[in-house]
Amino acid sequence: MTTPAVAAEARYAVEVETLVRAFGRRRAVDGVSFTLDAGDCLAVFGPNGAGKTTLLRVLAGLLRPTSGRALVAGVSLPGGQGARQRIGFISHASMLYAALTARENVEFAARLFGVPDPRGAAARALDAMRMTPRADAPVRSLSRGMQQRVSIARAMVHAPSVVLLDEPFTGLDASGAAALTAVLGALRESGAALVLVTHNLEEGLALATHAAIMTAGVFARHESRASLDAHAYADTYRTLVSVDA
Amino acid sequence: MPDTLGAALLIARKDLAIEFRTRTAFFSAVVFALLAIVIFFFAWDPTAVAASDLAPGVLWVIFTFSGLLGLHRSFGVELADRALDGLLGAPVPRHAIYLGKAMANLVFVLAIEVIAVPAVALFYDMPLGGAAGVAALAALMVLAAIGLVAVGTLFAAMSVNTRLGELLLPMLSLPFFVPIVVPAAQTTARLLAGRPVVESVGWLKILVAFDLVFVAACTVAFPYTLED
Repeated sequence: MTTPAVAAEARYAVEVETLVRAFGRRRAVDGVSFTLDAGDCLAVFGPNGAGKTTLLRVLAGLLRPTSGRALVAGVSLPGGQGARQRIGFISHASMLYAALTARENVEFAARLFGVPDPRGAAARALDAMRMTPRADAPVRSLSRGMQQRVSIARAMVHAPSVVLLDEPFTGLDASGAAALTAVLGALRESGAALVLVTHNLEEGLALATHAAIMTAGVFARHESRASLDAHAYADTYRTLVSVDA
Repeated sequence: MPDTLGAALLIARKDLAIEFRTRTAFFSAVVFALLAIVIFFFAWDPTAVAASDLAPGVLWVIFTFSGLLGLHRSFGVELADRALDGLLGAPVPRHAIYLGKAMANLVFVLAIEVIAVPAVALFYDMPLGGAAGVAALAALMVLAAIGLVAVGTLFAAMSVNTRLGELLLPMLSLPFFVPIVVPAAQTTARLLAGRPVVESVGWLKILVAFDLVFVAACTVAFPYTLED
């Protein structure tokens, strides 16, 4: 898979500056800042309601920031078609049409993103997620884990340069998790930046170049993966989450 | 990236493929249309009201309410598993989503019209006036369907995320359907009565004017209905 070039003038693949997203009086994201270079992966950990999904939805261009700014490849979000072209988003929901087959869903996404040879790209994306044998089955007939695989193929079919993942391993069996890890590794090697939201410290830290713990809309901790000890980090996470709860 | 028309056609084709596979809205609408025709027929006193006076009203009541079934469904399919996020995250103009949905809804309403018009003609023994009459009626149906779909698609997008969407859609849409349905029913009455088309030109002009206004205004307004 090739990755669309990051805008030449962009300093970072992802740049978030004192980002706030409020719903009424409640600030779901409250002044978050970070930057990611091409090939970086930020793992965001946190309890339910910490604002992780809201952060991803702002970065996906689906929610407008209340204040602050978020840039993808130098384009301010929510941005236009150029910004959306660069983003791949895997959310809690599959974003699939149950009545269509896996192949039709992925091919539809490929066509919407203007991928050359959408049929071939859909076949390759499904193959990468080991879904070729069930590619022509209606999505409604697939198990939750298989739907998740199709959803991942759908999000990757246009070779995004920024990939946003909300609990992507949920529902995947060992084979699906291995396929996803391989796909994410290939994307990072091609220069894609990843933002991964998860509750699973082990999974997140295995992929991350940076890690953050988010509680009550803020990054309570944010550091380079290389600078932290996984065991100590787990203790810190438990402490922060229990304090927040 | 696909242009506006290309993206709209992709979305329309996808919606029609889903409806063709499930047929839930279409069958509901056709059953509703046929039941309504039968009920109106048995409630009708031919000695008090002439068929040519009743049939146009029956037709447009049916199109209005059966069309609403399809309109509600058009954004309903996007809510399941949040497929709408997939559309909004794609690099296509927002109004392409509207135009695609409207195109699919237009096909849906026209398909109901293709079934309901002959059924009404049969029940009320209405001559369709030969090839010229059928052509004029077909043109009228298309014009009126464009207006209904233009307004209805916008309000379907507005109401789909609300808890009372199925109630809200008709409440919002029906007042705006009036300027479409009145000229459409007036023209239908004249055509079914075998009157020359020139007698209906005034009503048709009104219909075309509302079509143009509604299509333009709804296309411009649609992106704002998707703002978070």
